[in-house]
This record gives sequence, structure tokens and C-alpha cells, in this order.
Amino acid sequence: MKYEPVIGLEIHIELNTKSKMFCSCSAEYFGADPNTHTCPVCLGLPGALPVANKVAIASAQKLGIALHCENLLSSKFDRKNYFYPDLAKGYQISQYQEPFSLKGYIEFDVNGETVKIDVTRAHMEEDTGKLAHAEVENKKVSLIDFNRSGVPLVEIVSEPQIHSSDVAKGYAQKLQQIARYLGISDCDMEKGSMRIEPNVSLRPAGSNDLPQYKVELKNINSFRFVQKAIEYEITRQTEILEKGETPALETRGWDEIKNKTFSQRAKEMAHDYRYFPEPDLPPYLFTKEYVAELKANMPELPDEKRARFIRDYQLSTYDCALLTTDIDLAAFFEDTVKAYPKGEPKRIANWIIGELLRRLNESQTPLSSLNLVPASLAELLLLTDEGKITTASAKEIFEKMITSGKNAQELIKEFGVEAITTDKLEEVVEMVIKQNDKVVAEYKAGKEQVFGYLIGQIQRQTQGKADPKTAADLLVKKIKK
Amino acid sequence: MIDLTQLTIKEAGEQLKAKQVKATELTEAYLDRAQKFNKKLNAFITITEDIAKEQARKVDELIADNQQLSPLAGIPIGLKDNYLTNGIKTTAASKVLEDYIPVYDATAVTRLKDANVVFVGKTNHDAWAHGGSGENSDFGNTLNPYDVTRVPGGSSSGSAAALAADMCMAATGTDTGGSIRLPASFCNLVGLKPTYGRVSRYGIVAMASSLDSIGHLTKTVYDSALILNATAGHDEMDSTTSTEAVIDYTQDIERGVRGIKIGIPKEYFEGLDAKIKKVIMDAVKKLESLGAEIVDVSLPHTEYGVATYYIIQPSEVSSNLARYDGIRYGSGREAFGSEAKRRIILGTFTLSSGYYDAYYLKAMKVRRLIREDFTKTFEKVDCIIAPVSPTLPFKFGEKANDPLQMYLADIYTVNMNLAGVPSLAIPAGFIDGLPVGMQIIGPDFTEKQLYQIGFAHEQEAQLYKERPKI
Repeated sequence: MKYEPVIGLEIHIELNTKSKMFCSCSAEYFGADPNTHTCPVCLGLPGALPVANKVAIASAQKLGIALHCENLLSSKFDRKNYFYPDLAKGYQISQYQEPFSLKGYIEFDVNGETVKIDVTRAHMEEDTGKLAHAEVENKKVSLIDFNRSGVPLVEIVSEPQIHSSDVAKGYAQKLQQIARYLGISDCDMEKGSMRIEPNVSLRPAGSNDLPQYKVELKNINSFRFVQKAIEYEITRQTEILEKGETPALETRGWDEIKNKTFSQRAKEMAHDYRYFPEPDLPPYLFTKEYVAELKANMPELPDEKRARFIRDYQLSTYDCALLTTDIDLAAFFEDTVKAYPKGEPKRIANWIIGELLRRLNESQTPLSSLNLVPASLAELLLLTDEGKITTASAKEIFEKMITSGKNAQELIKEFGVEAITTDKLEEVVEMVIKQNDKVVAEYKAGKEQVFGYLIGQIQRQTQGKADPKTAADLLVKKIKK
Repeated sequence: MIDLTQLTIKEAGEQLKAKQVKATELTEAYLDRAQKFNKKLNAFITITEDIAKEQARKVDELIADNQQLSPLAGIPIGLKDNYLTNGIKTTAASKVLEDYIPVYDATAVTRLKDANVVFVGKTNHDAWAHGGSGENSDFGNTLNPYDVTRVPGGSSSGSAAALAADMCMAATGTDTGGSIRLPASFCNLVGLKPTYGRVSRYGIVAMASSLDSIGHLTKTVYDSALILNATAGHDEMDSTTSTEAVIDYTQDIERGVRGIKIGIPKEYFEGLDAKIKKVIMDAVKKLESLGAEIVDVSLPHTEYGVATYYIIQPSEVSSNLARYDGIRYGSGREAFGSEAKRRIILGTFTLSSGYYDAYYLKAMKVRRLIREDFTKTFEKVDCIIAPVSPTLPFKFGEKANDPLQMYLADIYTVNMNLAGVPSLAIPAGFIDGLPVGMQIIGPDFTEKQLYQIGFAHEQEAQLYKERPKI
């Protein structure tokens, strides 16, 4: 029998607010000593009460708007009750019945086709602490670090409308792109500021029913692994179903060394979280004006930016999609266009896509980590235009700019790649003609393919500093003489 | 020489200010009594002698320096042991927190410290504030100074007993379903359950968060107003506190009751013990003779109060007690007493999927109706007068083995918590040597008016001058 995967994604995004969700502790805990970013509130000490972070709420609402959700004017927090040692209060403050945002969608391209997946909800909650297992005085112990406790999270839940790992990956990447455009999260999967939990099950192809079981995948820290884990599950579950059995309801982790999922926790019955309205936080009644203001202050989102690039810069959809993948890259492009007097967006786009983006992808580094400013690229292009350097040298210089952060002038001097002047080039051309009289004769006799050889000789003499076009022009001119 | 332990806060404050009495003297007098009578009454879990003396010394210095001080400066008070005190053991009267020393002060504690009060100690109560008699304390029963064979009322049992026995001049309490008003009533004291959100809950061990009201017990109405002046007000650490302006609650306290419309709700008097009813109606007549207008009113959903309360309250309790999971507070969950366990189980059940709608959600709907009863009634009258307890202080063990009977002791007090309205319990009289209290209930944030009415009665009745024979 043929099976169709039914996949829904639960994605947690950690917001990059300065302070935590319900207290004034710093939320920038990454790399900090354990339990240094804590207070009575996020430690869940007796008597401590939460006070909601307004910036975090606005961030969650903006995300809702960007996902085309309905922003609820009436919203509230609920308590989700469960026991786990890293959960300070024995309950998590979350949103159950009235989240900030409901019913939206994410639209994205997968293999050239546009896909639209519905978003069930986007709600806020607080993060938990973290357990560490260690050995202290020869005893195996579990330690709790509450630095992460109370860091604001938004959970985005999709409808189970995804039927392939490609679409799952595309959905998650688009969400990451949107959140980064909004500036509300780093969405760094390795650091855990974006966590993807796919729910995967299979049904007979052609069926529209939801399968009777569901496998939740956790602890996946890259898009590639999301895809691999889903693929692995599809194969694993197919084998079970083909034996006439039903896969167990469970949570499975991803083992990136063995490249397989493994059972973490059986879910014999649905967890009863005993949700009830959080009595420590009064419910919210947002005004229409408040929501209107949020909407008015939304930054340009990826789709809008892409459309504008196509319109304003007359570039291909493909180029614009690449340029707008990352908000920083898009800004780099636009700033370079502004800084370069001739404009020439297509040329700049080629440079950015062909040189910069390629290198960024190769080194897996974000643009923001480079000490590269748009003015440097503009300057480099100008120098090329003025014949100060050749295009080939310019590409080398650009590569050095990316790695060193130095500007074009500095690097040109440092590496001695100034293009030679036309006068000097004329001398070289004459010399090459003199030294290769046989070849020149062949050329004159109609053997045009030897022209390249002569150009090669010129470049050899100039250590590649000759502008190829000028050299060719001169060569033709001198031979004719 | 005057007996310092017979003064009201107002009187003591005046004497301190006039340098007729030193704060250290006042504190010593109360500490002596506290130490002496605690052996008998078990009102304090911890007596903070050193801290009290240090605080008093500081007040004497400030007075000597002619500094402008709060009327509460140098006043020895007790703190219910569910108020977190930085560096001072805070047990919530439960074995679970037997050795717990907080790292921060409750907002109410900070505000009282700012007023330079003196902390005599941490008072006993029903563990986690669960109970109406004090018998649920893991640190033993507190005895009623008026009759040591009887309960002092709970859950703020130690606060009431300590105050009635002059071991302090005021004591703080928490009132989730009557825990300040009931002991006030059983010990001839004034007990204020403020409007929900009037006093910050931050740093007070949560019982049922949507019901917990942070108040206090005093001998007189004026003294109660003085304490509220210090504790009331918005707290940025408690999102449920109101930004409603804090006024001087002592101002115009002698205004009287002329023209005040007092509602007598029939649901609170039908079937009430005849003797108790007479004591309260005599008090009402006194107010009428002072110019108040008495109006019969009805709060039709009153009878659903206890049932509603015993769904919402344990639901919240079950969640609030989840953090005491044996990982960070030393004692495991087996250290909970049977009443806490009962409420955890009840609340876990009523919140469970499949039961939530039938219990919690339904109870929340009834809660709204109960609140509407009050808001509608307050369109007709300025306040309501009702009994606090259906019975006189009862004997130890009389209800302890029958949780339902114990819960019914809350029949007249839980509705105000469900509605969030303020209620001032004041002494109404005595029956066979046992105190009887009554409560004056008003619309949200009308504590000032409740004080005016209470004060008018107090001036006539002078019941605060009564002292238990111990």
C-alpha cells in the first residue's frame, strides 16, 4: 500500500527581549554561569508573582500579524500544569483558550512551487530551566540551571497539512525568515532559539482522515536534520504499517550521529495539563487602535521586499528571492546600490549573489558577523570602472574584504594589484608582438584562435594586471599597424 | 505606671511621638508577654526578639533625632507566617517549609518596615492558610485566649490569639475565604479583608491567587486604618493590584453613619443562631439610632458560595502547591498535611479534562453571579452588614474530623472573596463570655467608608476594651 505522510509542526521561537517574560532578569543568558540570571519570580520562589513583559507581547502579536493571523482583542494567559524538575513553579504560564493570535498561514516556495500552510495559532509562553547531568564527588547528580527559566517563547502550531519533508523544511525556513525580518528573534537553531518539533504520521494515500497515532520528534537542531528525521520516520513508520502494525504514540529524539530517531518517551495517554486561567495576570483587552498601531509599525516582510525588489530594481524573481533571503543581505544590496553612483542593480546583485552569498553559504556565517560595509563594494566597483583594477583582481580583493574587513584601497595597495596604465600596457603589447612574430604572422594569415595565446602572454607579462578588454583592443590595433 | 500592653496603636504612637514612652520599652513589654503567653497559647511559630529590639532601637534613635515618622513607627506587630521575611524563617505553618528562610521580603513586609514597625514574630496559622480553626497547623493548635478549650478561628489563628492576648498591637493576616474575619470574630478583634488588589500579594505564600486578600487584625477600627495606610497601594510586582489611589483611611473616620444606607441581606440571617442574630441586630439598631437607614436586601446566589468556593479555591491551591515538589525545599510532598493533600486532590480533580467544564468553568460562572449580587445590591445600599460565623468559637476537635462541617464555617465569609469586595469584621458583642463578630461589606475600594461605619459602632460599644482572662 502507498502511504502519505501527515506532518504538523510545532515551532518554538525564543524572543530576543532584553528581560525575561515575567520578571526583569536579563534574558540574554547564553553562555552565562548557571543560575546567575535568576530572581524569586523565575525561580518560582514562594509568593513570587509574574509581571508580563509588554515588549514580548507586542513581538508575539507582530508575528501573528506577519503570519496573517487574527489578532485577538481579548486574550489571556493560562497555567499549564505538569511536573518536571526544570519547571520552577510546577506549571508553565502559557496560553490555551485565548492566545494572542489564531488562524493564519505561511506561504513559501518549494522547488519552484508556491505552498500555503495554515497556522493554527501563535501563543506566548515562558521557557523552562535546563537540566544538566553531572558527576559531583563521584555521585551522579542532576543539576538545574534556571537562567533560561522565564525567557519568552512564541509557539507557532501548524495544521497537519504538510506531506513532505521538503515542505516541512520550507515552512520552518520561511518562519525563521519572517521572525528575523521582524527582529523579534535570532531563530538560531543551534543555540536553541528556534526549536522545531514535527509531528509525523502516515495514512493510506488518498485518505483524508487523520491517522490514529502521532509521533512527535524533538531535539533537532538544524533544518537539514529536520528533513532527515522526517524522512527517517516516514521509512520507519512505513515498515511498521506494512507489517500490519500501528506505530506507537511516542516522542522520539534525533540521533545525528547514527542518523536515526530513537524513542524518548511513550505517550500512552494524552497528558492532562489541567489548564486554567492564570489568576496572577489579569486578562487583556486590546483596543483596535493598539492593533492598528502594531500593524502600521510592521517592518517590510520578505514577500513585500521581494516584490519591491522585482519592481524597483528590475531583477529576476530568482535573484530577488536570493537577495531577500536574509534581511541583512537585502539591506546590503540596497545600500550598495545607493552608494554606487551608477546604480546598476543587476551588476551589484550579481556581485552579491555570485561572490558574497556564495562565500557566506560556504562558510556558514551570517553577514552580520562580517566587518563588511556596502560602501566598500561600491568603491571596489568604481575602481574597476576607472580601470584601476581588473575585474578578476576585483573579485580577489572582494574576497579579501570579506575575510579581513579592510577597504578596497588598502587591499589594492597591500597586494599590488593596481591595473597597469594604458601607456605601460602599450609597451607590453608591443613587446609581446615583437617576441611572438611567428604567431602574429599566423594570426594575420587568418588563424584567429592564436589571439587568445597572445592575450595570455600579455597577462603573463603584467601578472594579470592588464584589463583584458583594453589589452585586446590594443593588440588588434598594434597588429593592424 | 501605665500598662503599655493595654494601649491602642493610636495611643502608643502618640506617646512615642511625645517621648513619654520609648519604642524599646514598648517592644520589651510586648516581647515579655509574647514569650510568657506563647507557651500557653502557641500563637507564634517564631519570636524575633533580636530583630524586634534592633528595630525598636532604631526608632528611638529616629525619634531622638526628631525625625518625622509614620504613626506605626515602633509599634510591635506580628506577621502571619505566610508573609515572606528576608532572613527570617517563613514556614507557611507547614512541615514542607519547616526550615525555609526566604531571600526577599513580601511587599507588605517592606511597606511595614518602611513605616518602622517592630516585628515581634511570625504567627501560627493553619498550614498554607487552609482552615477555619488553626487546627491544621503543622506546629500545633493555637488556643483562643477567651477560652483555651476553643479554637481562635483560622486560618490566621496565631495572629488573632497573639493580638487578643496583647502579645502584639496588630497582626497581619491573609483572607482567602474568611481567614482574617473569622479569627477576628472569635477573638473580639477588628479584621480587615481589603478589596482584592488593594494590598499586594507579592511575597505572600499563595493559597488561591484569585481569592487571596492581604489584610490585618487590630484592636480598634482606627488602628486598622493606620495599617492599611501603610500596606495599601499598587505594586508593580503584583499585576493584580489596583492603581486606585490610596487615601488616608483615618481621615474623617469619625464622620458617623447619618444618611448611610445599611443593607441587611436575608440570606445571611435566615436560620442563623438566634443568639448570634440578636447580638448583630442589636449592633445594627445601634447604628440605626446613630442615623443610619436600615434596608432589607437579598443576595440570591449566596447559597452557592461555599460550593463555588470549594471548587475554585482547591483548583488554584493544587497548582500553587505544585512547586513544593521535594526538589528545592527539602521536604517531599509526603510532608503535606492531610488538609493540603485533600485540597490538592480536589483541585487536581476539578481541573482535569472531562471535569473542568462541569466544575471549574461552572464555578467561575456562578462566581460572576455572586459578584453581580453584590454590585446590584450596592446600587441600593452603601454597605451590607452580615454575621461572620454561623457559630461561636467551637471546641478543639469539634469539626476537625469532619471537613464538610469545617468548610461550612466559611458560609458567611467566602462570598466576599469570590466577589472581591472589601469586608471589615468588627466585634459585635459577647455570648456567654465568647466573642461574636459581624462584618460590614462595601463596594470595591470603599474601605474608608467601612471604617467610618465600624468606628461609629466602636465608639458606642467600646468592645475593644474587653480583655480575655488568661
